Amino acid sequence: MRQLEGQIRIPSGCAISAVISRDGRRMTGEKIIESLKPMHDRSNGLGGGFAGYGIYPRYKDYYALHIFYNDDLCRTECESYLRSNFVIVQAEIIPVRKMPAITNEPLIYRYFAQPLPSMLMTWQLDEDDFVARAVMEINTHLEGSYVFSSGKNMGVFKAVGFPEDVGVYYKLDEYEAYSWTAHGRYPTNTPGWWGGAHPFSLLNYSIVHNGEISSYDANRRFIEMFGYKCTLQTDTEVIAYITDFLLRRQKLTLEETASTIAAPFWSTIERRPPEEREKLTYLRTIYSNLLITGPFSIIVGFEGGLMALNDRLKLRSMVVAEKDDKVLIASEEAAIRAMEPDAAHVYAPAGGEPVIVKVKDGAY
Amino acid sequence: MKISARDLDHKALNEALRGAGNDCELTDCLGQRFIAAGMSDKHIRISGIPGNALGAYLNGATIEVNGNAQDAVGDTMNAGEIIIHGNIGDAAGYAMRGGLICVQGNAGYRAGIHMKAYKEKLPVMIIGGTAGSFLGEYQAGGIIIVMGLHRGSARIVGNFPGTGMHGGKMFLRGRCENVIFPAQVNAHVAKAADIDEIMPYIRTFCTSFGYDPAEILDSDFTVITPDTKNPYRQMYVAN
Repeated sequence: MRQLEGQIRIPSGCAISAVISRDGRRMTGEKIIESLKPMHDRSNGLGGGFAGYGIYPRYKDYYALHIFYNDDLCRTECESYLRSNFVIVQAEIIPVRKMPAITNEPLIYRYFAQPLPSMLMTWQLDEDDFVARAVMEINTHLEGSYVFSSGKNMGVFKAVGFPEDVGVYYKLDEYEAYSWTAHGRYPTNTPGWWGGAHPFSLLNYSIVHNGEISSYDANRRFIEMFGYKCTLQTDTEVIAYITDFLLRRQKLTLEETASTIAAPFWSTIERRPPEEREKLTYLRTIYSNLLITGPFSIIVGFEGGLMALNDRLKLRSMVVAEKDDKVLIASEEAAIRAMEPDAAHVYAPAGGEPVIVKVKDGAY
Repeated sequence: MKISARDLDHKALNEALRGAGNDCELTDCLGQRFIAAGMSDKHIRISGIPGNALGAYLNGATIEVNGNAQDAVGDTMNAGEIIIHGNIGDAAGYAMRGGLICVQGNAGYRAGIHMKAYKEKLPVMIIGGTAGSFLGEYQAGGIIIVMGLHRGSARIVGNFPGTGMHGGKMFLRGRCENVIFPAQVNAHVAKAADIDEIMPYIRTFCTSFGYDPAEILDSDFTVITPDTKNPYRQMYVAN
């Protein structure tokens, strides 16, 4: 039997990249695909994926659920669950280009849906909480069904394969987004499968990650107390849930979130001005279980912006540059040059220093 | 001989370099790794962005980059020169044991990590701008020079320089009063003899990038060496 995530350890890097227009101008997926070509060797063909924000303007008020199914039986079961919980205004197969480089495809569907008002009443939940619970329910209890994207006016596209092929496979040239993130996978610890590719996403948050976090189990045990279920045994998944927990539920700012998951050393905190020291001490104390240790560089996608962050020791590379209204982020400068040959202000943020880019108000 | 790196992967690129004459100009680089790995008798000028591990195991060749370079420049190099007219990424000169890395701009994290020296082998890294955290981490030998030119309000070096340092020397331009060093190293203001030791490298830097040595020497330097009276005790095991 083919071993799945968590049943086998494959020791190994990864590639991440992103582009965002601060003016909210829409870009097709072609450029972000280009960025992954010079970083080809950072992946090994076992996973590639993209998140695009602003891609579904026609259905922007509906949750876009992207779901992998093992077979039609799984689909029937899951659709029955969806129908009893959601109003579905559109259900369709996600269009793909068949190609030899992408094999073992699951069924790939998308649904534009809203929670049934009666269910929200029954459960006394707001829409986001309801959708997050439904995603956990499907991914935990409906075997062979996996929701890999559940935000509004955004979508994740991922597969097993090299990322530049995955982008062509999903026809990203036909989508227009104000921000894109991308990932090329070189699985550490686990074999590549479709659900295990990045980005990992919950509601509007998505994460691409290069690294291997050593605090996974401590983070997982903590976050599972709040209703999240880590079903993939892949470290990045827990980062996605931590992001949702801190930003949406605890209402921390992006900067506070960065100071929590990539908290400075105590010796560094001691030397900060009193007010800042107090805040950093508070965050490290309250959320000590959400400190992420081990090497990582991540890009967090959210509605209207991006945040790039390195672990505090900066054990992974990350470069940021600008071109006109665009900010470009990647594991390597070459990737940025592949998108914008004459990008300017190229710099490498320090470990634990978040780079936060937002689209101008009202432009997305 | 001119070689375009466009559409060449690292293997094809290095084959083209090996087959070329001693004087090569490499254009249109975009992230190809291991350029000139292990090469001895060449002078290679590069434009574009060379990929990670530029000049890994370099064994005598000279590489000049007209722009920035990425991570792990001169990884484990043995001899030769790498001259960068720009910035470099993280972990430059990783475990290098000979040769010179000369950078006009800034270096990322962990520059000179695990540099070492042996008999006549003395690796040297000279950085015109600033260096990131963990400069000279576990340095065992060789010389690291950081000058912090044109740095404005930026710090000359990030956090934790010289962590685990147990050999070699580090020179930082200025008095470094605000830099915190670990207890296991000594920092003192460079004397004339110390400066004499690094003069050849400062001259190379000035010739490469058009600086006046007098301008650079118009400042104190701080020398950092391991404190042999305060060795690392019980970091991992009792010893």
